[in-house]
This record gives sequence, structure tokens and C-alpha cells, in this order.
Amino acid sequence: MHKPDMTVELAGIKLRNPVMTASGTFGYGAEFAAHLDLESIGALVTKGLSLRPKAGNPTPRIVETPGGMLNAIGLQNVGIDAFITEKLPYLAKVDTPVIANLYGNTLEEYGEVASRLDALSGVAGVEVNISCPNVKQGGIVFGTDPAAAQEVVRLVRRNTKKPMIVKLSPNVTDVVAMAKACADAGADALSLINTLTGMAIDLDRRRPVLANVTGGLSGPAIKPVALRMVWQVARAVKLPLIGIGGIMNGRDALEFMLAGASAVQVGTASFLDPGAAQRIAAEMEQYLVDHKIASVASLIGALEV
Amino acid sequence: MQFKSMVVSNVEVSPGYFRMRMTAPKELEKTLPGQFLMLKVSESIDPLLRRPFGFFDVGVLPAEYAGGADQTYAEILFKVVGKGTKMLSTLHHGDLVDLLAPLGKSFNPGPAGEEKLLVGGGIGLAPLYYLAKELVAKGEKVRLFAGGRNRDDILCITEFERLGVETYVSTDDGTLGESGLVTEVLDRHLAPGKRIFACGPTPMLRAVAIMAERHQVPCQVSMEAYMACGVGACLGCVLPGAAHTEETPDYRCVCKDGPVFDSFELKWS
Ligand SMILES: Cc1cc2nc3c(=O)[nH]c(=O)nc-3n(C[C@H](O)[C@H](O)[C@H](O)COP(=O)(O)OP(=O)(O)OC[C@H]3O[C@@H](n4cnc5c(N)ncnc54)[C@H](O)[C@@H]3O)c2cc1C
Ligand SMILES: Cc1cc2nc3c(=O)[nH]c(=O)nc-3n(C[C@H](O)[C@H](O)[C@H](O)COP(=O)(O)O)c2cc1C
Ligand code: FES
Repeated sequence: MHKPDMTVELAGIKLRNPVMTASGTFGYGAEFAAHLDLESIGALVTKGLSLRPKAGNPTPRIVETPGGMLNAIGLQNVGIDAFITEKLPYLAKVDTPVIANLYGNTLEEYGEVASRLDALSGVAGVEVNISCPNVKQGGIVFGTDPAAAQEVVRLVRRNTKKPMIVKLSPNVTDVVAMAKACADAGADALSLINTLTGMAIDLDRRRPVLANVTGGLSGPAIKPVALRMVWQVARAVKLPLIGIGGIMNGRDALEFMLAGASAVQVGTASFLDPGAAQRIAAEMEQYLVDHKIASVASLIGALEV
Repeated sequence: MQFKSMVVSNVEVSPGYFRMRMTAPKELEKTLPGQFLMLKVSESIDPLLRRPFGFFDVGVLPAEYAGGADQTYAEILFKVVGKGTKMLSTLHHGDLVDLLAPLGKSFNPGPAGEEKLLVGGGIGLAPLYYLAKELVAKGEKVRLFAGGRNRDDILCITEFERLGVETYVSTDDGTLGESGLVTEVLDRHLAPGKRIFACGPTPMLRAVAIMAERHQVPCQVSMEAYMACGVGACLGCVLPGAAHTEETPDYRCVCKDGPVFDSFELKWS
């Protein structure tokens, strides 16, 4: 049998395979160059970028929980200027689309970051984080209220001609309503899910484990929730979707595609296995070979219910 | 680099403390004292994340004893504190583990001819043995100050003595060596022209850092933090730098900027 066709298209961006790296779990790419071939993955998503450098939360910032981990990094990042001068030149030499994940502390900042990124030829598209549960005045306001989310997405839309992915928060009662709001406001694609807000308690010290008290849950523990949300949104919204949440291997990734995702992002898995994204793409391809499936795109939304 | 490694031996050297030897690829021979490894205890998702450990030793078993070819090995010394280390303590010869190594910045040995003072609290002794070995090989004068709550926390002292390191032991309860804190013994030996290398619980490191500053002795500390990636990507393992304030934050990554820091780089109060 011929090699299966692993390519997918996402809001005009051609991916060699559906595997992307998830924001905040892959640094700015260079951190992983020793561990995998950056040109073997579909796309690379940067750490969340803001207008100014951001120092993040006090420590401890992470803790392991059963089948997952909580993080309260607080969106620490180098800021848009340092990204352009220090990080982007390296990424520009890598033949893989770079998606810049962005956020703002205020509505205006979202617009400003978006317009700065719009001018950069090395950036194939943007992913708008409207859903970070960690920063007090940040994501939570926008990502959990359809009207506020719509306002952000409209503003970013006005400031960029690049393909715009909006990343949804799972910390909502009705993810479909959020998805529709973002679609109406001009999103080209939706990615989901961001982390689920949780907490861990140190019984003996009678204190929260994280300095921030609450944090975002990621890893295998959230996969069932993520699959459910992708499936619900896929049935309600026409936009291409990117499935995220607890993907550890090729089978996990393909499950998301059946549920309706055109691509996937690998997050926490890169911490345990820095070569995870490349390995997962290879495992997906092997599954297609083993099951005589000619193209990965044929699996998108192919769930039988 | 990431590689699979076979457990060669795993011995309880003191109650709750294990010394484990693993096979390693030849490249690991370049590991510097103070660097660390990230170990995946099991293939399952529980525990999920890798666990960080310092290098207790790195060496080569010569071909005539290793069955025909030189065999590089790495050793860790670990304390059972939770699920991951408990599982690790049950591994034995022939078991496989997945390693990411070597990671992080090493100790800077400093100029030749200085007296090198190694200070270890409990399991903090782990990375100091490899350091002592390298310093002794360079012909440096090395002293070790080892502290713990009781005699069970004083690990592998004879190994240091075999290198020719002069050792000073103190325990909180006096069951081995002097009774009291390791820092009290150290204080008596501090003078310009010496250099400190310390690893142990943060309160001990804080005391050592303050003492070193008072005596104008350069001091390096090896720090711990919860880690997820070990390669500078998750930003989970940071510590406040010396100039850190809430208004002007300055965080350092333990896995990438450390785990070894000059004590003046960090904020101690
Ligand atoms: C750079 C570095 C080098 C280290 N070197 C060694 C070493 O040589 N030998 C050794 O025994 N240990 C070392 N540690 C600490 C070791 O990584 C932890 O003890 C281990 O991860 C605990 O895993 P666990 O699953 O058994 O514990 P968990 O079940 O995860 O936690 C049990 C307890 O251990 C504490 N703990 C967990 N992780 C850490 C951590 N990273 N640092 C401090 N406390 C922690 C928790 O607060 C909890 O109370 C090192 C840590 C770092 C960051
Ligand atoms: C340490 C850490 C940092 C993260 N930082 C960001 C971020 O800056 N922006 C963002 O949109 N998502 C961020 N995320 C969320 C991930 O991109 C992803 O949505 C989430 O972890 C779920 O996927 P996973 O289960 O595969 O990790 C972060 C996650 C982790 C664990
Ligand atoms: S452990 Fe991830 S940045 Fe240090």
C-alpha cells in the first residue's frame, strides 16, 4: 500500500500531518530541537504571547495529580518584542508553520498583540487564548462569557488578516454557545480544550499546594471531557476544529479526529516524552497503514453513533 | 538525550535511601557534576511526570568486567518520599527505565588550589559525591560537611572517605558525629580562599548562603523545585532571583538556569 496521505488543511494553513504542539508546553520550539525533528510535525504553537514580558505566578506553580497535572504558570512569557528579536529568527529557519498563541491583559492589548503579529511573515497564523484560568484580570473574563469572548475575537479579527484560531475554555456550562459566539465573531478555526480549573490540597499543612491556590488541569485525566466537547462543537459549528486534551499517543489523536477535529495539539505529553509530537504523528500514520486507510482527513468526524 | 536504561543494581544503603546503578550510553560520560536526569519511573500514566535526580556518580565498567565491551553507568542516590520514589525502590537488576539526561548547569569547580568545601544535608549529599570525585581527580583539597536528623540520614560517608575527602559529620540528635547543625561546623572552617558547594533542604542552603556572604566565600547551591519538563519549556520550576520583587519580578528556571546557582543569584528572604 502507498504511504497514507497525512496532510490536512486548517483555515488555509497546510499541515504535513495533523499533529501540532500545544501552547505553553513546547516553549518557543528551540527547547525541543534536540529531542525531535521540528520538521516532522504539522505545526508549532508558541507559548502565549503578550504585549509586554510577563513574569508569571509565585511558586510552587505545578503539581502532579492522578493522571494529570495542575499548572498555574501565570502566562509567563518573553513578550512580543523579545519574541520577534530572539525567538522568531530561529523558528523562521524551520520549515513548519508557526502559530503564535496570544493573549491580552485587557481587551486593547489583544488587539495590539494581534496587529504586531500580523506584520510578521514568519507567523502562519494566530491562536487567541481567551481562556486562561490563571490570570486574575485575564482570560477568565473573556473566555467564560460569550459576549466578552465575541468582543475579543472581533477585535483580533480587525487586527489580523492571518488565519485566526480561537482557543476555547472548558470552564463553561455551554461550550457550544461559546463556540458559536466565536464563530460569529470571525474565527477561522477553533481549538479546544484549554485546561480545566482545579486545585490540590496538602492535608497535613492545611494549605493549597499551588501558590496560586487554583491551577489548570491537563493530561490524560481531561481527555474524556475534551473528546466530549470536540464532539459537541463539531456537530454545531462548521469551522475546522483542533482537538486538545490528554493526547498521549496516536490512537488518542485519531479519536479526536473521529470526534470531529481536523488536527490535534499535544501538550503535557511533551513533558514526559519530549519527542511525543513526532512519535504521535508516526503512530497515527502506522494506524492508517495497518487499517488500510488512505488519508487521515477521511477520518475527520467519521464517528459512527 | 532520551534513552532507555537497564537497572544494574538498586541497594538500600540506609533505611529509606537507595543507591541505584543504571546502564548509560557513552555520551553520558561527559556529564558534569551538578547536572541531573529526569527518570520515568513506569510506562503507565501513574506517576505521570518524570522525576528529577542528581547524578551520584557516572563511570565506566571496563570491558574485562562488563562482558566484552566497556559499559558506561550512571548512579543516583534517592530517598523514598512518595509514590514515584516508592516504585523506584522496588526496581531491580534487569528492569528498564526511561531517562532524559544530562540536564541543567553543573557546579563550577573554580580555580585550582582553593580548598573546596562540600556541604550536604540529608539526600543533598547525592550530587556531591560525583563532584568530590572530579575535584579529587584534579588534585584539589576537598572537605565534606554532612548533616542530617540522625545517623540514618548520613549517606555513603565511607565512599567519600575512600576518595581521600576529609569528612565532618553532624546530626540533630547526635547519633553520629557532632550534635547540632552542619552549618555550625562549617562556620568554623570558613575563610577567604575557599569555595562552597552546597545541596540540601532550602533552610540549610539559606543559612549556608548567608554565612558564605558574611565570610566572603564564593558559594554555589543546588536547588530543587517541582518539575514537569526539565528542559526549560513549562516554566513550572522557577525560583525568585535576587532582585525579585512583586513589582519587578525576576524568576530563574531551576532546570535550565540551574539547578546549580551562585548563591548571590537567588533571593533568600
Ligand atoms: C534538580 C533536582 C535534583 C534532585 N535530586 C535528587 C536526588 O539526587 N535524590 C533524591 O532522593 N531526590 C532528588 N530530588 C527530589 C526528587 O525529585 C523528589 O523527591 C521526587 O521527585 C519525589 O517523587 P515521588 O513521586 O516519590 O514523590 P511525590 O509523591 O511526587 O511527592 C512526595 C513528597 O515529595 C515532595 N516532592 C516532590 N517532588 C519534589 C521535588 N522536585 N523537590 C522537592 N520535593 C519534592 C512533595 O512535596 C511531597 O511532599 C531532586 C529534585 C530536583 C529538582
Ligand atoms: C504548563 C502549561 C502551560 C500552558 N500555557 C498555555 C498558554 O500559555 N496558552 C494557552 O493557550 N494554553 C496553555 N496551556 C494549555 C495547553 O496548551 C493545553 O490546552 C492543555 O494543556 C491541554 O492539553 P494536554 O492535556 O495535552 O496538556 C498550558 C498548559 C500547561 C500544562
Ligand atoms: S521543569 Fe519545565 S521549565 Fe523547568
